[in-house]
Amino acid sequence: MSRLRFALALAWREGRGSRRRGGLVVAAVAIGVAALVAINSFGDNLQASVRQEARALLGADLFLSSPEPFSERAEVVLAELRRASSPAAELVRVVRFGAMARASAGGTRLAQVVAVDPGYPFYGTIDTAPAGEWPRLAETGGAIADPGILVAPGASLGDELALGEARFTLRATVENVPGDVGVRTAFGPRVFIPRRRVEETRLLAFGSRARYEAFLKLPPGTDAEALAARFRGRLAAERLVVRTVSDDQRRLNDTLSRLANYLALVALAALLLGGLAVASAVHVFIRRRLESVAVLRCLGASTGTLLAAYLIQAAAVGLVGSLVGAGLGVVAQLALPLLLRELIPVDVAWSPSWPAVLAGVGVGVWVAVVFSLLPLLAVRRVSPLAVLRRDYEPPAAPRSDVARGLALLALAGSVVGLAVIEAGRVGAGLLFAAGIALALGALALAAALLVRGLRRFLPRRLPYLYRQGLANTFRPANQTLLVVLALGFGTFLLSTLVLVQHNLLRELRVDRGEERPNVVFFDVQPDQREDVEARVRARAPLLGPAVPIIPMRIQSVKGRAASELLASAEEADRPGRWALRREYRSSHRDSSRPSERVVAGEWWRPGEWRGRTATETIPIAVDADLARELEVGVGDEIVWDVQGLLVPSRVACLRDVDWARFEPNFFVVFPEGPLDGAPRSFVLLSRLDDAAARARLQREIVEAHPNVSSLDLAQVQRGVERILDRVALAIRFMALFSLAAGAAVLAGAVAASRHQRVREGALLRTLGATRHQLVRILLAEYAVLGALAGVAALVLSTLAGWALVRFVFGGVFAFPGPALFTLLLGIAALTIAIGLAGSTEVWRRPPLEVLRAE
Amino acid sequence: MSILSCEALTKTYVSGGREITVLRDITFELEAGEVLAVTGPSGSGKSTLLGLLAGLDRPARGRVVLDGHDLSALTEDERARLRAEKVGFVFQFFHLIPTLTARENVQVPLELRGEDARARAEDLLARVGLAERGHHYPAQLSGGEQQRVAVARAFAHRPRILFADEPTGNLDAQNGANVVALLSEMNRELGTTLVLVTHDPDLARRAGRVIRLRDGEAVPA
Repeated sequence: MSRLRFALALAWREGRGSRRRGGLVVAAVAIGVAALVAINSFGDNLQASVRQEARALLGADLFLSSPEPFSERAEVVLAELRRASSPAAELVRVVRFGAMARASAGGTRLAQVVAVDPGYPFYGTIDTAPAGEWPRLAETGGAIADPGILVAPGASLGDELALGEARFTLRATVENVPGDVGVRTAFGPRVFIPRRRVEETRLLAFGSRARYEAFLKLPPGTDAEALAARFRGRLAAERLVVRTVSDDQRRLNDTLSRLANYLALVALAALLLGGLAVASAVHVFIRRRLESVAVLRCLGASTGTLLAAYLIQAAAVGLVGSLVGAGLGVVAQLALPLLLRELIPVDVAWSPSWPAVLAGVGVGVWVAVVFSLLPLLAVRRVSPLAVLRRDYEPPAAPRSDVARGLALLALAGSVVGLAVIEAGRVGAGLLFAAGIALALGALALAAALLVRGLRRFLPRRLPYLYRQGLANTFRPANQTLLVVLALGFGTFLLSTLVLVQHNLLRELRVDRGEERPNVVFFDVQPDQREDVEARVRARAPLLGPAVPIIPMRIQSVKGRAASELLASAEEADRPGRWALRREYRSSHRDSSRPSERVVAGEWWRPGEWRGRTATETIPIAVDADLARELEVGVGDEIVWDVQGLLVPSRVACLRDVDWARFEPNFFVVFPEGPLDGAPRSFVLLSRLDDAAARARLQREIVEAHPNVSSLDLAQVQRGVERILDRVALAIRFMALFSLAAGAAVLAGAVAASRHQRVREGALLRTLGATRHQLVRILLAEYAVLGALAGVAALVLSTLAGWALVRFVFGGVFAFPGPALFTLLLGIAALTIAIGLAGSTEVWRRPPLEVLRAE
Repeated sequence: MSILSCEALTKTYVSGGREITVLRDITFELEAGEVLAVTGPSGSGKSTLLGLLAGLDRPARGRVVLDGHDLSALTEDERARLRAEKVGFVFQFFHLIPTLTARENVQVPLELRGEDARARAEDLLARVGLAERGHHYPAQLSGGEQQRVAVARAFAHRPRILFADEPTGNLDAQNGANVVALLSEMNRELGTTLVLVTHDPDLARRAGRVIRLRDGEAVPA
């Protein structure tokens, strides 16, 4: 016991002396812990908010939805459900569909029409400006819309808004709706109208997409889950979805926590870098302490006591760093709701989540201890003889070193364990740990190669001062590799982000190439087709013939009826249920388009099925992912319900569809011929470069045919860009923590070699170097370090980005030169700034003082 | 004209709140080409005196005139330039730059002045008997070899005066003797004034003049 006390006392006394050096290690740990605590706190608060607001998010206790008006049988079941509680449950209905909204001033925009019964929503309130309009909506018979309506199509309060054949007075705009996700408005404003007026619009004609919803409010005390479970099967057979508040909450939590998990992984990367900083600081610390350690060994201290003393110091540093970091994290957490505000549907309160703080502190201390283990083991090899002879070399480490192996195992295990915990899933955690290891390994390799290359091909012609600076990067006991790793990793994360974002956006860009459409007209009825085509052709080229859209449902798959499959209990848990329930919009053509690729089976011969009817089993081409959900392959049979007519089909081939291209893509494609008589609508594509002309064309078409909707793809692209921007911003915020950790490592390395550099500076001063010359040497050294880190990171992230774009997103890789070059310059500048700031002593201290101290 | 002179040179340090006088009233004059040895027990202020004479440090009182320049009137950078022109150094612990080869180390004083030095460096290395080792790093050289490189470096820019702080302190007898021989040779051939701080009595004996220090004061022989 007295040995432990001695270890503690030693730890305390030694620690007193190295306050300043300890500061940087504390900072490195603090940054990582701050990031973790920030994101986990945020995640906890998010879940709490979702729990609190869950009822308001759904707006009811039970929610039913279907892509078609409820069938008679469904209504019967619904009535029974209402009576199942007493008093009977209250019911309101809502219909949602897309339609062109026309402002009186002439602008048009595709809007999301939400037709509501009075009383919706049961929970949560919808605030309007001016206030009080919502409860009166049915009474006034007007419309309330998102503020976006004021911009496009450009209506003002009191104006008349035309939806289909009906006119609505715009009475107010919404200030907030529970469950609002800000970016949703990028795709068109919502317009709320009273449900009783939907018929007037004449928009729910054939082929238009709509969702029919019913909201139920149950008497207090009723078990919504039990009720839903009782009726779900029968309702599912009629293709209704039933959801309760907890279903909703679970779904939301799943999605949000996945987002939080990814961000937490980025935070973990920052903490691991902090661990590296700890390891390097301990390494340097031990080297300096070798003499003291040898003396203590002479005086009789055992290796175990010494190890304990230093581990205690490491843990103490870890604790201080973690506490500071936790504090920082709680504050930094403020920024996350602001950054993510438009992506999440709840208001997140800012409050410290104590579980997250405790976990963060625990992880911080653990990382500090685990990363110190390896370098600390060097203490075992210090012999008391080192006191007598300065140049005494300790015997080489034994080849099979159990303790070392255990320390490595603890290190690797901790990294993997932490990754799994933060990711929430074993698979993702393992992938992340592997990814980190790969990235660090590749960075280290790149850095080592670069340094080696630099040494070999050190340009002889460079002026001496710059050559000296370069040579200094490989002075004995240099930390070049570590600095390049740490800085490089943060840079790698940031530049990969930039690369991927740039390429994703490029992939989704609508504007390039004259062959790509930028305006789409859909819901064109057969009798309107000729007129619409003529009107479009008068202004702009039609890109390809009108594409036919035939709505249909699945009647049976491989002989089993869809309603049977949906209703059965064991099918209820299968993920592919949506595929059975869905309203499909299929097309017919005899060849594949550039956006799809046949991966199994064979397309039919063009013209082979012309003139044949739908009584024979027709070959179809199916999207490969859909086929997986439906669990069908080439040769399997699917029977379709096309507006009451049963059409048998057989899967002829599977296709990989590039859904990212803004073109009409279909889950299922039929051959030309058998469906010629089926009820359909059309989609027309065109391209007009002038935005104003596009708007005019859209208005003309919609005024002539109010049910035809159109989409300006340039606007959609802007919406997508906005979402990507938001997500990228959040990720970049977290990645900055990594960069900050890297900077802390750099500062630590600068501090660690300060002693050496001051001596070198003093020597050069003695030999006649001026201050200016010394500064230039330092400048060269740090510029090289920064450039090494930057180049290694850029090369690696280009490879990673290329792989991601090519294999995950299936696109063509483009290299955003200017952005990445700016990043490289920024990293070099950061390195120089930190390096020079930490080196002022080099030219301040008088040379003699330094040279005498040996 | 004397190449080096000092007058009432005094140096004090503040340690633990008290002022300690390390050098007290040192005065002498040195002619060009002379060899001066500064001896005394450890702690007597020898290295401090050397530092003051070379302009590496500032005195509390008194002044130093080096080759006609009053050091107290010069800024740090001016003194550095003076050193680059006229002064050479040899240290007890060699102080070679570890990331440069032997030849590159010898070149440093000239390169600091922007001159190309390769040929001269090789010349000097040959002079100190290390012609073959020019491409080796200090870590690959023995103590004696490192000191010889340091001597070569000290003479690279043809200084007028050379300061040596315990040049043989870290060498065995044989190597020490070699270095002493080198220094004497250079003094004879080039006329470089030598100021040697040492507690090696052999070295002191070879000097033309000796200043003995005890507790910061010059004492008679």
